[in-house]
Amino acid sequence: MLIRNLCNIALAGIALLLSGCSGGVLDPKGQIGIDEKNLIIIATILMLLVVVPVIVMTLYFAWKYRDSRTHEVYAPKWAHSTKIEATVWTIPIIIVAILGVITWQSTQDLDPYKPLEDKGEHLVVEVVSLNWKWLFIYPEQGIASVNELVFPANKPVQFKITSESTMNSFFIPQLGSQIYSMAGMETKLHLIANEPGTFDGYSANYSGAGFTGMQFDAIATPDESSFNTWVNQVKAQDEVLDPASYQTLALPSEYHPVTYYGQVTPGLFHSIVMKYMQAHDDMAHSKHAMVSHSAAQQHSAHEE
Amino acid sequence: MSLFGKLSINAIPFHEPILVGTFAVVVLAGLLIAGLVTKYQKWGVIWHDWVTSVDHKRLGVMYIILALIMLIRGFSDAIMMRTQLAMATNGAAGYLPPEHYDQIFTAHGVIMIIFMAMPFMIGLMNIILPLQIGARDVAFPFLNNLSFWLTAGGAILINISLFVGEFAKTGWVAYPPLSELTYSPGVGADYYIWALQISGLGTLLTGVNFLVTVFKMRAPGMSLMKMPIFTWTCTWANILIAASFPILTAVLAMLTLDRYLGFHFFTNDAGGNAMMYINLFWAWGHPEVYILILPAFGIFSEVVSTFTGKRLFGYKSMVYASGAISVLGFIVWLHHFFTMGSSANVNAFFGVMTMVIAVPTGVKLFNWLFTIYRGRLRISVPILWALGFMVTFTIGGMTGVLLAIPGADYVLHNSLFLIAHFHNTIIGGAVFGYLAGFAFWFPKAMGFKLHEGWGKSAFWCWLIGFIFAFVPLYVLGFLGMTRRLNHTNNPDWNIWLYIACGGAFIIMFGIISQIIQLYVSFKNREALADTTGDPWNGHTLEWSTASPPQYYNFAKIPQVRDIDTWTDFKEQGKAYQPQLAYNPIHMPKNTSAGVLISMSLTAFCFAMIWHIWWLAAFGFISAITVFIKRCYTSDVDYYVQPEEIVEIEHAHIHSATNNQEAKA
Repeated sequence: MLIRNLCNIALAGIALLLSGCSGGVLDPKGQIGIDEKNLIIIATILMLLVVVPVIVMTLYFAWKYRDSRTHEVYAPKWAHSTKIEATVWTIPIIIVAILGVITWQSTQDLDPYKPLEDKGEHLVVEVVSLNWKWLFIYPEQGIASVNELVFPANKPVQFKITSESTMNSFFIPQLGSQIYSMAGMETKLHLIANEPGTFDGYSANYSGAGFTGMQFDAIATPDESSFNTWVNQVKAQDEVLDPASYQTLALPSEYHPVTYYGQVTPGLFHSIVMKYMQAHDDMAHSKHAMVSHSAAQQHSAHEE
Repeated sequence: MSLFGKLSINAIPFHEPILVGTFAVVVLAGLLIAGLVTKYQKWGVIWHDWVTSVDHKRLGVMYIILALIMLIRGFSDAIMMRTQLAMATNGAAGYLPPEHYDQIFTAHGVIMIIFMAMPFMIGLMNIILPLQIGARDVAFPFLNNLSFWLTAGGAILINISLFVGEFAKTGWVAYPPLSELTYSPGVGADYYIWALQISGLGTLLTGVNFLVTVFKMRAPGMSLMKMPIFTWTCTWANILIAASFPILTAVLAMLTLDRYLGFHFFTNDAGGNAMMYINLFWAWGHPEVYILILPAFGIFSEVVSTFTGKRLFGYKSMVYASGAISVLGFIVWLHHFFTMGSSANVNAFFGVMTMVIAVPTGVKLFNWLFTIYRGRLRISVPILWALGFMVTFTIGGMTGVLLAIPGADYVLHNSLFLIAHFHNTIIGGAVFGYLAGFAFWFPKAMGFKLHEGWGKSAFWCWLIGFIFAFVPLYVLGFLGMTRRLNHTNNPDWNIWLYIACGGAFIIMFGIISQIIQLYVSFKNREALADTTGDPWNGHTLEWSTASPPQYYNFAKIPQVRDIDTWTDFKEQGKAYQPQLAYNPIHMPKNTSAGVLISMSLTAFCFAMIWHIWWLAAFGFISAITVFIKRCYTSDVDYYVQPEEIVEIEHAHIHSATNNQEAKA
């Protein structure tokens, strides 16, 4: 029976590797995702160096030393061996030391706050999680969209992320890292798509009743010109995203249809981040300035 | 404000057929049990021998009964979720709308961790730990009774929430701002707060109680490094309880102030900061998982060394490894939120610290392996759980280390990979351990062994079901499926969701096997009786007592000179030796103060949830009054007389030696 179970695990493992071939984090379409996939594979192989022997030894020892095999050595008082103990402490220490170095370096390399090197200028997209939809503001283009994110392939994108209300997590599995969106705070994430395509985007952090519907399409266009075509298309829309229409949009809704805003009030994202501070406008002006200053300090501290 | 605060007839969910049906079943079962108790005139026994008992063994049994009931409740939640996700594919809505589903996954997490795993662990510790160190009871027997009823009070609250009002729709971590009044205006989050608060108080008192017991009440000769390994791992867990549960109490108190009095600890506005809650929650939450797993490690150590008929390999390594895990457990909490935007250095530090925990854990696995090495492994139900654990937990540990790498966590966090990982460690680690301990110590607590066949059937169903239920979740995590989704629309995921649902049903057969096992064993308790008190040829002092143990545990406190004290006694011919004379034994009297205080506090919590202020005041004052009255009661103890002791001891020695001769 034990053997049969082991076969189950092995089969599931193989199936698991094969299944990685379509969608998901083992089928990355962006540099960050590719690096993270490789990291997962390297770390798994390293750990299997200990895990496989432990499992095999467990089953082998249980079989070899079962009580019906009375011809095997039986040493009921044997409970200490400096050699073995030194070995069993050393092996995991070595593996963890290697993994530790890999972890330290990969964490620096994959820091979501770090702009992507040698990839050219970043497109800036401001992301706001609302109950229960995603708002994407393109400050450089002066447009915005709901539940649809468009950007050119092979161009790095800087996401500035915040939340209107509850905490969510901005996640496009095939492109790589996710980052939480939190009200009153701005988090950052840098991603790139290595090829054009439409990828599933989610909120990875539960945020209430309509959470399941917080999904969006992340569309990487083949090149800049097709992206610009899309931008112009959006610009042609009459809808304007200003503080008033934003208030309407912020009302809870589920499965919000894709919406385009041809025009966006400049600085809207900043005012969303700062809205919980600005609620105290009646306070002395200097104090307000101080608060936003220290908030800015906090963010820059993250980037160091 | 009405007399009943926010509570009205509308709070009863008559419109939910599932709930009405469940309620009917619960009421019928309750009436049936009450009828049987009345018929056999057992109310007096239940009150005098159980409810008011301060005997650690009986409290342990009650803890485990509570855990098993809550296991069934929590598992029902699990199978409803798996069925929902198997039905709600390709855009279908399934049968559980978010309103209901969100409560279920929150309740499942809270119940399984706080009201199933914790009582199970504390129950085993209650029954066994004082016996292992040669003590007659815990340091504070009344406090022990109070702790149990506080935990039970929390469990009662969470079950009331099923039929009166609602439970939290926040996930078991109840992160603000979602759990704040703005986004969770209902009573669900309040049920969460008060249920956790009252049971957390019980757990904290238990931790302190058992620490004092271990430090002050060990048998003469038992230095710390001669304590049985299960006692050691429980002690580490109790240190963690004493250090971490106050954090939970504090963070819940802050959330309470936010929700009740308009404070701004974690709100979005007025300078609140939800990140503070998340940090504090996990500063408790991470040690909490080691509180669950360390005693399980202790159980595996006892089981492996007993069933191989060998001393535990590397006892000192085991003690220090557990200590290392306990200390490191406090400096890894940030790995629960690498994706919150900390700097690379901070994330890397917590990632590496988390990996370091794999070292002592790996050492433990190797030590169990070398305990089996050159042993004589008797295959029985407890050792099957231990072997199953060693195989599955290794995989769970590996995926844990993978999640500890921030770069990998950025894509695996909040996905079903994470869900698979912690079920792999909590089921494959903690629960398998408790079930091993359950089978191992059942004869000690109840006086008869459990049926082997049904036990094996339960083990295989659990193990195979576990593989089918959770390997697909690893796959789904890699396929990018995030947690807590109510329904899905991705054809690639469907097959794995179906398999996982099937796995849950296989586990259900495991649980059914266990229920049948209990029934069959009880029916055949004469044939399965443990007459020697030492059914497995055990190593430690609990096996020197009768099964079930004498209520005073030890007629004469044993003199200890070896870790495996009982083996030592048997080898020296000192086992089952009658004494020439016995001294009177000082014992605590049963008391109803514990249950009265707890039920008053439960009423207080219920009243706070529903804003019934007069009842809250009444419950609180009543609890304080009973407590003060108890403090001024001097009639709390008595002496067991030598004549009674002689009778009990001779019966045990007679039965044990006769049966050993019969066996020989």
